[in-house]
Amino acid sequence: MPSFLTDPWPWYIAGPLIGLFAPLLLWLGNRQFGVSSNLRHMCAIYPQRLGYFAYDWRREGGWNLAFGAGIVIGGFLAGYVFRNPEPIAIAASTRDALAALGIHDFSGLVPREVFGWGSLATMSGLIVIVGGGFLVGFGTAYAGGCTSGHGISGVADLQVPSFIALAGFFVGGGATTFFLLPLVFGTQP
Amino acid sequence: MTPAPSPDAHFARGSGAAGRAPSLWIYLVVGMLFGIVITKAEVISWFRIQEMFRFQGFHMFGIFATALPVAILTVQAMKRLGARTVQGERVVVPPKEFGTGTRFWLGGTIFGVGWALTGACPGPMFALLGSGIGVVGLILVSAMVGTWTYGLLRSRLPH
Repeated sequence: MPSFLTDPWPWYIAGPLIGLFAPLLLWLGNRQFGVSSNLRHMCAIYPQRLGYFAYDWRREGGWNLAFGAGIVIGGFLAGYVFRNPEPIAIAASTRDALAALGIHDFSGLVPREVFGWGSLATMSGLIVIVGGGFLVGFGTAYAGGCTSGHGISGVADLQVPSFIALAGFFVGGGATTFFLLPLVFGTQP
Repeated sequence: MTPAPSPDAHFARGSGAAGRAPSLWIYLVVGMLFGIVITKAEVISWFRIQEMFRFQGFHMFGIFATALPVAILTVQAMKRLGARTVQGERVVVPPKEFGTGTRFWLGGTIFGVGWALTGACPGPMFALLGSGIGVVGLILVSAMVGTWTYGLLRSRLPH
């Protein structure tokens, strides 16, 4: 496989491309670029009494679910078929910090010690996978958007709530990185 | 049963029935392109998210610092120049209702905790699943349970 197909893209190529999805989806039909609404639509597929899920998911969310399915295909192409065989080139300081937490496999997109079915037998794996997933789903629904819906779409529209949410993402994520992860992985920073 | 009005403003769309909506296939293709970009950009990598939250690398900040100006300039230009969609509707972006603002800082912070734990926000979850990391499917199911729990508690939470 030629390396130009498997090489990762630098930020100055990927960043501007990511920024183009918000205007592209507006142009295609006034769609608000965002992914987390899919979590709501997938809940709404099952008929429910809860008002939050009582809407026509096909009409409101059909396009978004198609968009989400497309992301799965894109991930398969770029992350499996044309997978980068090299480890992610993160900063040496990050590598050291993560090694201190007990993470040693840097070969893939995610640490295999944590993101394998086997890790579900460990408390840290359960907290990351089940607990982390739950908080992403709860937080994004509460905040009314995720990194794409608030961080890109809302900010692109210069909406104050989205700037506040984006700040919240970094406050929660920073605190978790420095205070919670060392506890979860059972070591000291 | 009458269809319930969408509680969230971001579901609201332009002027309604003018023109036919494009087929869902176009959104599948656009989603695929987005999935390729975020995977090749490594923003779906737990390692990159850790590097970002530790402020030890420029990569993720370079992405935000280029994606946001492009998105802001193009969306603002479309709004101010009165751009129309491919069906001829006026481009509109419904504002988010501010309320007390609690939902944005508190919900955002809760989301941030989950983002740092899983290293993945919803978009990357779909891409990671496609890249063959099966256990991410369980993260997605957990996220659905989280969203459902919000739906359950919604009337009792400060917004």
